[in-house]
Amino acid sequence: MEKHGTIVYLEDVTVNFDGFQALRGVNFYVDHGELRALIGPNGAGKTTLLDTICGKVKPERGRIVFGAMTDLTRLEEHEIAALGVGRKFQTPAVFKNLTLLENLMLSLPHRRNIFSTLFGSLTPQQTDRIASTLEILGLLEKAHQKAGSLSHGEMQWLEIGMVMIQDPQLFLLDEPVAGMTGGEREKTGELLKRMAQDHAVLVVEHDMEFVRQTAQKVTVLHEGMVLCEGSVERVQGDPRVIEVYLGRGHPVDAHDSRP
Amino acid sequence: MSAARSWKRRLLAEIMLGALLIIGLPLLNALGILSDYYLNLFGKYLSLAILALGMDLIWGYTGILSLGQAIFFGLGAYSVGMHLMLESSGKGVYGEPIPDFMIWNRVFELPLFWKPYQHLFFAFLSSLLLPALVAAVIGFLTFRRRVGGTYFAILTQAIAYAVWLMFNRNELKLGGTNGLTDFKSIMGFSLSDPGTLRGLYLVTALCLVGSFLCCRWLVRSKMGLVLTAIRDQEQRLRFLGYPVATYKIFSFAVAGALAGLAGALYAPQVGIITPSQIGVLPSLEIVVWVATGGRGTLVGAIVGAVGINAARSVLTARYPEWWPIILGGLFVGVVIVFPEGVIGLPQQLGRWGRWMRVWLFERRGAGPGSVGGSQRGIETSKRPMLSEED
Repeated sequence: MEKHGTIVYLEDVTVNFDGFQALRGVNFYVDHGELRALIGPNGAGKTTLLDTICGKVKPERGRIVFGAMTDLTRLEEHEIAALGVGRKFQTPAVFKNLTLLENLMLSLPHRRNIFSTLFGSLTPQQTDRIASTLEILGLLEKAHQKAGSLSHGEMQWLEIGMVMIQDPQLFLLDEPVAGMTGGEREKTGELLKRMAQDHAVLVVEHDMEFVRQTAQKVTVLHEGMVLCEGSVERVQGDPRVIEVYLGRGHPVDAHDSRP
Repeated sequence: MSAARSWKRRLLAEIMLGALLIIGLPLLNALGILSDYYLNLFGKYLSLAILALGMDLIWGYTGILSLGQAIFFGLGAYSVGMHLMLESSGKGVYGEPIPDFMIWNRVFELPLFWKPYQHLFFAFLSSLLLPALVAAVIGFLTFRRRVGGTYFAILTQAIAYAVWLMFNRNELKLGGTNGLTDFKSIMGFSLSDPGTLRGLYLVTALCLVGSFLCCRWLVRSKMGLVLTAIRDQEQRLRFLGYPVATYKIFSFAVAGALAGLAGALYAPQVGIITPSQIGVLPSLEIVVWVATGGRGTLVGAIVGAVGINAARSVLTARYPEWWPIILGGLFVGVVIVFPEGVIGLPQQLGRWGRWMRVWLFERRGAGPGSVGGSQRGIETSKRPMLSEED
């Protein structure tokens, strides 16, 4: 069953870092089951936008409405996560001293209070779910290795897997393919598309090729404001977008010059 | 399966160690091989080992360096000490129904907060719950505001100093710098009777084994994973939906309760508790015990606490002026050379041996430059369990 309507709605959100306005009155929404890419030059406020949704940064003004009328700006990070917002960071953040199995075990959607942590145990279904997630990630044979022994790309996948198994309604990713090789990018794209089948995904990405392959709709941020929104082709042809990127090179060129 | 075998071997070692403490040492004492003096001394070490277990839980597993564990130890020791004072009063120099030191300080009526400590049960409960409560309050005020790392360490050190100053004052009606001492009996049994001290040893050994089993259950449950995850990547855990501050408060409170239990067992066996045992320096020493034994392993904490305290007893008698230097040198040595402590020593030596072999092999065997990378590849693929430390 596909649900319709908005999953998250930002209304006039302003973020101020000691006088620097990272976001200026942003209005923005993501629909259920949508895969949306967020692009823009450095300092446009892309990461800040993700941070405000997941509660890491509190806006000075504005509302962030999640699902049916929950204002996220009043909640703490773990409460927002428990509501169904998953976050993947730019640099891989996994528990390096725990095995892959244990990393995923902690991410399973069960109660997070102290009592159930002390006395809870895994059900067979949960074990199956961990195994199938590891299989999707292609990391099944490394299940008992410590996460610290993985390569950069594998750590990124593990973290994506951790957020996947958390089963969020909205999945926020910050530059998931940065530093990945061509093959790794392709696999990451597959993972995201798989996620987008039944979750809303909001991904910050510089790589226009990657965006073209994965996202249906693109939002361009510039200096803390939404510049334009639409399909990849429309956005790339927009004169304002071209102007914003001039001097830094066209986004496609900007990416392709990177190693 | 080698993993299963090593697990069995470890279990066997643990059972043997527990049996040695609970049955072996008292048996040796009964046979006259181990004197009452040494049995009592061991009882003191074992109570300090419980303190180290708590430190390991909060520092070794959760990764929070607390430089104030001696406060909680002191609260436990003073709780039981107060009861022992009351049990002994009337038998002192003045024959008054209140402790002698109060009379020197011109206090002639038992202060209200002393009254419940007439009951041993209350005193014991207070020795566990009061430190846990104080730890929870400190934790609530700091962890919820995301005070951590060095700031938390400095803060707890400052609190330890403040508590030390406070306990030194006579106005607190806890004996000032002299502390609480001259305990006569516990539950009617004379504390100068070796039989009572043997009983106390046994209670301490049982408490240590019990605490160890509780801690082991804790760290092997999902709680252990959560605590390790806090140490590794606190933010990731928070965005997985865990209330990280609550878990930290829990871990700190459990460590506080263990420290309190240690104090409660320490006071009657040693016969004195003074502010000098609850300040900054004793708090730092606990860190050295756990680091030397091997943090992040429960057995390591026990080995460190017993080992260093035994060494102190021997060395301070022979070379008193050298002890601080030895202790400091040990700590520096452990941090630089053996970060995994005594428990990690065999593994570390094995690793060094392997590196040495690889180094020699590279030198003698293949040509320069070509081997380095592939050699390391073989190493890691053969032994996936031995990931490099970062």
